[in-house]
Amino acid sequence: MGGRAVGRYGGTVGSEVGEVSTTDIPPYRPTALPPFSIIGKPLPKIDAAAKCLGRTKFADDIVLPRMLAAKMLRSPHPHARIVSIDTSRAQALEGVKAVITGSDMPNAFGILPVSQDEHALEGDHVRFIGDPVAAVAAIDEDTATQALELIEVSYELLEVIGSIEDAVANPEPQLHDYADDGNLHKLVHLEFGPVDEALERAHLVQEDLFFYEGSTHLPMEQHAAVAEYGGNRRLTVWSSTQTPHYVHRALEKVLELPRSRIRVVAMPNGGGFGGKSDPFGHELVVAKLAMLTGRPVKICLTREEVFYCHRGRHPVIMKVRTGVTADGTITGMDFESYLDGGAYGSYGVASVYYTGALQTVTYQVPTYRFRGVRAFTNKAPCGPKRGHGTPQPRFAVEVTLDKIAERLDLDPAELRLKQLQPADSLTANWLKIGSMGLRACIDKVVEGSNWKTCFRNLPYGRGLGLACSSYITGAGLPIYWNSMPHSGVQLKCDRGGGVTVFCGSTDIGQGSDSILAYIVAEVLGVEPMEIAVVTGDTDLTPVDLGSYSSRVTLMTGQAAIQAAGRVRAVMVGPVAGKLEVPAERLVFAGGVVFDAQDPERGMSFAEAVALTETATGTVGSVGSYRPPKSPGRYRGAGVGPSPAYSYSACIAEVEVDPETGIVQVPRVWIGHDIGRSINSSLVMGQVEGGVYMGLGEALMEEMAYRTNRNVTHKWPSMLEYKSPTTHEMCDVTTYLIEDPDANGPFGAKEAGQGPLLPVMPAVANAIYDAVGVRIDEVPMSPPKVHRAIKDKARGKEPRFGPSGTPTVRWPEVTYVPRPVDGGDGKAHPRPEPAGTGG
Amino acid sequence: MLRLPPCEARFPTSIAEAVELKAKYGPEASYVAGGTDLYPNMKRRQQTPYHLIDVRRIPQLDRLEVDADGGLIIGAGVTLTRLIRDGRVAAGWPVLGQAAATISTPILRNMGTVGGNLLIDTRCNYYDQSYEWRKAIDFCMKKDGEICWVAPSSPRCWAVQSSDLVPVMVALGAEVILVGPEGTRTIPAQALYHNDGIEYLTKKRDELLVSLRVPAMGTAKATYQKLRRRGAFDFPVLGVAAWIRPNGGGTVADARVVIGAVGSYPIVSEAAAEALVGHALEDDTIDAAARAAAKPAKPLDNTDFTIGWRKDMVAVYVRRALAALR
Amino acid sequence: MTSEPIQITKRPRKIRGTFLVNGEEHDVTYPSHKTLLEVLREELALTGTKHGCELGECGTCTVLIDGEPILSCLALAQAYENTPIETVEGMADGSDLHPLQEAFVEMGAAQCGYCTPGVLLAAKALLEDRPAADRQDIKDALAGNLCRCTGYIKIYEAIELAAARMRGEQAEPAREAFYGR
Ligand SMILES: Cc1cc2nc3c(=O)[nH]c(=O)nc-3n(C[C@H](O)[C@H](O)[C@H](O)COP(=O)(O)OP(=O)(O)OC[C@H]3O[C@@H](n4cnc5c(N)ncnc54)[C@H](O)[C@@H]3O)c2cc1C
Ligand code: SF4
Ligand code: FES
Ligand code: FES
Repeated sequence: MGGRAVGRYGGTVGSEVGEVSTTDIPPYRPTALPPFSIIGKPLPKIDAAAKCLGRTKFADDIVLPRMLAAKMLRSPHPHARIVSIDTSRAQALEGVKAVITGSDMPNAFGILPVSQDEHALEGDHVRFIGDPVAAVAAIDEDTATQALELIEVSYELLEVIGSIEDAVANPEPQLHDYADDGNLHKLVHLEFGPVDEALERAHLVQEDLFFYEGSTHLPMEQHAAVAEYGGNRRLTVWSSTQTPHYVHRALEKVLELPRSRIRVVAMPNGGGFGGKSDPFGHELVVAKLAMLTGRPVKICLTREEVFYCHRGRHPVIMKVRTGVTADGTITGMDFESYLDGGAYGSYGVASVYYTGALQTVTYQVPTYRFRGVRAFTNKAPCGPKRGHGTPQPRFAVEVTLDKIAERLDLDPAELRLKQLQPADSLTANWLKIGSMGLRACIDKVVEGSNWKTCFRNLPYGRGLGLACSSYITGAGLPIYWNSMPHSGVQLKCDRGGGVTVFCGSTDIGQGSDSILAYIVAEVLGVEPMEIAVVTGDTDLTPVDLGSYSSRVTLMTGQAAIQAAGRVRAVMVGPVAGKLEVPAERLVFAGGVVFDAQDPERGMSFAEAVALTETATGTVGSVGSYRPPKSPGRYRGAGVGPSPAYSYSACIAEVEVDPETGIVQVPRVWIGHDIGRSINSSLVMGQVEGGVYMGLGEALMEEMAYRTNRNVTHKWPSMLEYKSPTTHEMCDVTTYLIEDPDANGPFGAKEAGQGPLLPVMPAVANAIYDAVGVRIDEVPMSPPKVHRAIKDKARGKEPRFGPSGTPTVRWPEVTYVPRPVDGGDGKAHPRPEPAGTGG
Repeated sequence: MLRLPPCEARFPTSIAEAVELKAKYGPEASYVAGGTDLYPNMKRRQQTPYHLIDVRRIPQLDRLEVDADGGLIIGAGVTLTRLIRDGRVAAGWPVLGQAAATISTPILRNMGTVGGNLLIDTRCNYYDQSYEWRKAIDFCMKKDGEICWVAPSSPRCWAVQSSDLVPVMVALGAEVILVGPEGTRTIPAQALYHNDGIEYLTKKRDELLVSLRVPAMGTAKATYQKLRRRGAFDFPVLGVAAWIRPNGGGTVADARVVIGAVGSYPIVSEAAAEALVGHALEDDTIDAAARAAAKPAKPLDNTDFTIGWRKDMVAVYVRRALAALR
Repeated sequence: MTSEPIQITKRPRKIRGTFLVNGEEHDVTYPSHKTLLEVLREELALTGTKHGCELGECGTCTVLIDGEPILSCLALAQAYENTPIETVEGMADGSDLHPLQEAFVEMGAAQCGYCTPGVLLAAKALLEDRPAADRQDIKDALAGNLCRCTGYIKIYEAIELAAARMRGEQAEPAREAFYGR
């Protein structure tokens, strides 16, 4: 091309560029206002065809020359000390290339800096059935499997902590010595305003106990990882991970290899849902084995092993006391949650806080207390599953509100509508709310489902139930303390008009790669298919923290807008000079850069790039994003703040067979406040998928253990862990509410997790409407419903649910004056309660 | 990836060849048809035969025809899908398609055979687990271990007969044709089963199941009601097959009620049949039969759901089955 | 450490066979205990066929044999030598996507895309059998293919769209499918 490109408008560009100044060009400001050319359109995902052709390479699809297969030996005991491990026979097996144990990788790791409690292979203490203790690399998987049988491990059994009650009762033997108290990993006690006074003065105090059973992500793809250690002493790990950045850090720590010599590539995930957000032992193990053998090594976990990786929904017992006035206005809420965390920390400290953080963002809760505890038990570790820590309290709050509405003879929809948390407000626990579209969500589902006529009026056995929810669009704080951006994007423009976007984010099916393309395409006025997207590769892409906490669209989106805006800012100078129009009149659209007042005056985007390259050199830019600072300053204030909150309202219709207790959900209406759809079709997909997963949790999914026999997972298989089939999935009527948030890219908020949250309580409330029994427990399986119906017939309490909470010694309260108290966001001593005689 | 243990298949094309191969390799060998029961078990190392004798290329096992007496001959190798789609079966024995269509998934039914379905291993969720899982509980009596974790003081295994077609075949009075090294036997379907989780079949080790003969329905009617968690994939946690022959006057001349998946064998409820015979299918009669049928059902804690509820459901499902035959 | 190498006790035996995959013949020497899934992925590098359980419990490994869907994880490869096998790689015609693939792309029916190959093949078999399949037929036919991402809805919509187009109708996606109500 020789620096010359033939312009679409006849002229030649790329030469004769006069002096251009880039200094006084106004920065690009994206507008949240339509019309858009790309934003909002239901365009196909950029990787959709590859997925439909079977060409997308997932981690297990990688095949490298001389590749070895790895397998891990796992503990058959829930709690034991390792006395000795003898790997000599395995090592001697023909075809075995390396065998490693805990002593080969002694450094601890963990996702949170405060919970560095895992080892790639446990060296002396195993804490659940499935904890890895040794690993083999061999010429094929059969040989590796056979080698495992030759490894002799002798264990000294320890007393098993099988449940949260066990953990409370038995501080010894400790699973981890860093726990707050015995086997209680983390204890939290927060109070915002005088809750007890509010409850004392309330017209009614509704007290409820709930239990939310654990469940797991069950991504269709089993975790896999491949590692290669090159002759140049650089390590590459390809993995099905949602968080390559954290895997990068864990590899550095455990292998004692500088991060500058490690490359982590996140492969497209065959589903994640939070289950691939921790660094895992198997990723570290293949890396170590690759280093030892000098050959590529692959591991693909079996489905059973995926159950052991878990990091799924915590089982939580909850107690909630809610004070309301005669008209149902909430005056105070006292919330307790008891989480069974399993064997390791994982994200658990955040999980405890999340069970208390978002109660305040949907309805006004003027005074609020939260006490939470997470116990260590000898089970697969719990962690973040879609909705991280919030589906459980949301279930409790929404069912309790339904009971309040019932007792006060109010319409549950009206009860909620009259006390919505206002937009642009601060909650009692110092969360900053931006846009808030819950009212429109409720209105839509109420209208669509014919709620006003049907609720409390359907024949026995059929019912409707309403519930709402909210979720964060990205966490306000990073996982490890630092002030760097949460997301970075780099752009490179080609002379041919192509644009490459580099970003550390990971596509787990939600379409984050495509989102990057759409946003850059919108800003630069080109087609998404002309944009190449390179993601999740620590050698090539700037850091993005990962696909969790619904942060990707907002954070990478903002970084992408910044990067694209900067490229645009560089390009307008030369282009404006060439076209002889004022820079601020230039429009980038349809692959052309032109004068808004005279669209005939313009040049193709490719020409504009070439022109700019001639003028200022290679065209590229970087952009990054850091969330705004949150006003909360108390200990624990780090969990809950978000740049923006999404809102959802859901009405479920159920059919309950009173003779069997079998519940069917024919239909769900769901309204979701997305802020702004970047791609409405992807949002629809997330909403429908969220309803699906919520339905599974509501009705059947259960991470169950057999405590009579060694705390084994009851059924680590796809057959017995019940994921709904086409027969169980309901029809979904979706309403997308667009209430743009100033912090979102083009106003966008999240859709990946929020729409799951209201489904379980909506089903519970609908069951009550159908047959008059309260199922205060998830999943609402037929035996529970049947039992409650039978109890009702016998005149007993028509309810199935827990009857008590464990007795925990709570720590000293952290009292935080609220915004209305003129607080500063920090903790202060609690003022003497007025009028209670102190 | 879960993999099969080393094994190798043979594809005999005659009954004699198949039986000969089986006799030759003895316990090292297994017949296999669709493999949808055997291969998962092999991958979990519940069974590890090296020699697989694939019976699907034997023409006699592929028969699906109506004989001179109006009975239905079903070759053991007929797939479930073929049974469901066959027009003659749908017209003459609709309950067969109805029951077969509840088995697992449409894709699995393209592989699974009728013969294999009649012979599937009994199930228990202490047993249908990987080798490593079973090792963690120190195994159980059915495979590699000493005691039964479901009923630790029991001398026997209580694994559950979990086929959907078995109760139906028993209720319809089907016969099975077995060929072994010692010759051919024809026995009632009911006689194929034995109330034991380990020795659940009376079939001799090397006998090949060749075919079934299901008598013509005549004026009789039958139905199958299955209880399970999901509309696909799941084995029954309760299966009720009911067969009724009315007489002219609107009363029941003959009846069979067979309960599956609540014991190690299909439970034929004589008491329920007694309660029905000679009566019209009124609510009271149905109730009495349902209560009688539920009595011997003793679900144990080795399948999905709670045992109390499963027990409660027996009467409900028997009642529904009988009501469907009105 | 033991100096004598330990022999593999149960060494798998290798056998030779011909597989007819997507209209092409492949002569393969492979261990006799391999399933069709393993032969496709590991011997023929056809990694479009996925796996999620290897026990017949998810449907991810679905391939077509003589046009009928089966679970390749429960198929001993040996039994499927010299039999026409179709995998997702065989669906497109050159660079032209199959109408089902086209519709899946258009509707966003593949989220993570992991269940997609199996779902596409099950749908293909359905539409060949019943070109006028309705929503209930589709639900019945796909009851053996778990998808954790989509809630199946975009999958149904895509299959309906493809079916209509394959019948020669001028079909466009419904507005609600993309924008909600
Ligand atoms: C996920 C899943 C779900 C399932 N759900 C159900 C369900 O809901 N209901 C249900 O009934 N079943 C279910 N099954 C069990 C099984 O797949 C079916 O019952 C199927 O019909 C078995 O037939 P097959 O030909 O595949 O059996 P195979 O696996 O080939 O054989 C089963 C047994 O019978 C023996 N055998 C087979 N044929 C002969 C013969 N002709 N002579 C002598 N012995 C023989 C084999 O040696 C083996 O021991 C399920 C299986 C799976 C994996
Ligand atoms: S019933 Fe008892 S012996 Fe039989 S498989 Fe189950 S645990 Fe084992
Ligand atoms: S891999 Fe799950 S059914 Fe084959
Ligand atoms: S698209 Fe992810 S499992 Fe179906």
